Amino acid sequence: MRQYREGSHAVAEIVRLCKAQVISAYPITPQTHIVESLAQMVADGELNAEFINVESEHSAASVVQGASATGVRTYTATTSQGLLYMIEVLYSIAGLRLPVVLTCANRAVSSPINIWNDHQDSVTVRDAGWLQFYAENNQEACDLHLMAYRLAEDHEIMLPVMVCMDGYILTHAYEVVDLPEQSQVDKFLPDFKPVHCLNPDKPISMGVLMGPESYTETRYAIHQTMMDALNVIPGIADEFEQVFGRKVNCLIEKYRLEDATQVFVAMGSMVGTIKEMVDGLREDGQKVGLLKVIAHRPFPKKIVYEALKNAREIAVLEKAISLGEEGPLLSDVKSAFCGYGNQPKISGFVLGLGGRDITKKSIFEVQGALAGSQVDVKFIDLKI
Amino acid sequence: MKEIRIHARAGQGAITTAALLGTAAFLGGKYALAFPHFGAERMGAPMNAFVRLSDQVIRLRSQVYEPDYLIVLDPSLMRGFDVFEGFQPGGIAIINHHEKVQCPKPIQNIKVFTVPGNDIATEVLGRPIGNTTILGAFAAATNEFGLESLQQAILERFSGEVAKKNAEAARRGYEYITKGF
Repeated sequence: MRQYREGSHAVAEIVRLCKAQVISAYPITPQTHIVESLAQMVADGELNAEFINVESEHSAASVVQGASATGVRTYTATTSQGLLYMIEVLYSIAGLRLPVVLTCANRAVSSPINIWNDHQDSVTVRDAGWLQFYAENNQEACDLHLMAYRLAEDHEIMLPVMVCMDGYILTHAYEVVDLPEQSQVDKFLPDFKPVHCLNPDKPISMGVLMGPESYTETRYAIHQTMMDALNVIPGIADEFEQVFGRKVNCLIEKYRLEDATQVFVAMGSMVGTIKEMVDGLREDGQKVGLLKVIAHRPFPKKIVYEALKNAREIAVLEKAISLGEEGPLLSDVKSAFCGYGNQPKISGFVLGLGGRDITKKSIFEVQGALAGSQVDVKFIDLKI
Repeated sequence: MKEIRIHARAGQGAITTAALLGTAAFLGGKYALAFPHFGAERMGAPMNAFVRLSDQVIRLRSQVYEPDYLIVLDPSLMRGFDVFEGFQPGGIAIINHHEKVQCPKPIQNIKVFTVPGNDIATEVLGRPIGNTTILGAFAAATNEFGLESLQQAILERFSGEVAKKNAEAARRGYEYITKGF
């Protein structure tokens, strides 16, 4: 049903519909509205789950790890410093092949302390073995959470999934979202059936020591699964469409790319602003388009290459930077072209850090810089 | 698309105001995007909330710099800075007025409605929280949504007496514009 909801509340509603059984989180802005809503639902008896209050994000991640290992559906949410504080457990969860779902309400990282939005937090943990999706709007954030549980618990995958939604810009934005019925969610997302789980009646050990003779194979297996997920995702997205009557993109979205010579590449909520720009530029007769990257991990390299191969000038816009190198997404896009002839110009732009507003003017500045030679890192809206 | 900028101080309910405005527009059949811009998160600090209204899905996520409509919940903000910055010709401003603060002189090509929202709210709610009254005035001045949609949004958001009284406060604000009292 179409409803007018705050992004955080809409996501909490989806988690309720997904019947998460154990939820643990430590409050940190701008994630708070999500977990406050869930705590309220549990307290009101609307969600039959255990909400476990903890003293830190490290514990929150540890709780969902342990709970997931017993074979129940789990949920946590965090951001920024909280996500960084979770890191060692995030790797562990992936290594244990536990289908935890986490919402990252994207926020900048310290220092200096900053509570506003960028992507540095989740991009920093992209190598932890979690599938990572970035939402453009709150409908997509909702839909990606439904996909997240389904994918995480798929026996072909069995990996944790992180859904990234821009802090404030999405979490605190009220907009129209189409929320599904319980019966639809139940049809799409059956009960979680673990492959292995901790059970006192049938004791097993998880996360045991694995030496040089076998550790490599565990990493290989996760990587191989990530690559396989690229093939599994479209089929599950089709099922999503059949059940919910709405298309869900999980890997990329192509926007006006047909014949486009100039292409913007971006993730998250700035994509909406860029789409507006692209429409305006198209009206002027300019051949511009947009490639929205939704899956940062696994990175759909071949699909990205196919979508971009006819472009002459590519602008990768991102809210994160690998300090001392370039934007991480830029590196990924460049690597997609590696080994092919006829290379386009692929320039990288860093913007929207720590909540700096991304306006149409920002995107104009990016476009203006495309005419020159390729740039690796250009900060947009820089005040120096 | 119409763009709205709300000026208030943190704690004065600008976010709730934006959410109610968006809900009323949604109930009236429009798309609406309402979002806050937080400052340093301390009570009393000047802050903005924004709303966009459209007949189509709203994709633009930047803040509002050139509003078509302005809502000033706390007129004391007008002492410090220019709330009219970027205001579009033909724009409509609703100012929650009280006598201690000098209201701006009418500017060419814009309509300024001063509404004693807090006074009306004190009468109706027993507390000087003029937000719903101002929204009633906004509905009447702009015709972006009807009073019924606004009252429905208020009844969905609040409960019991608070809901009823705020729906009444909205009507009073609406009639302050349409009937002049």
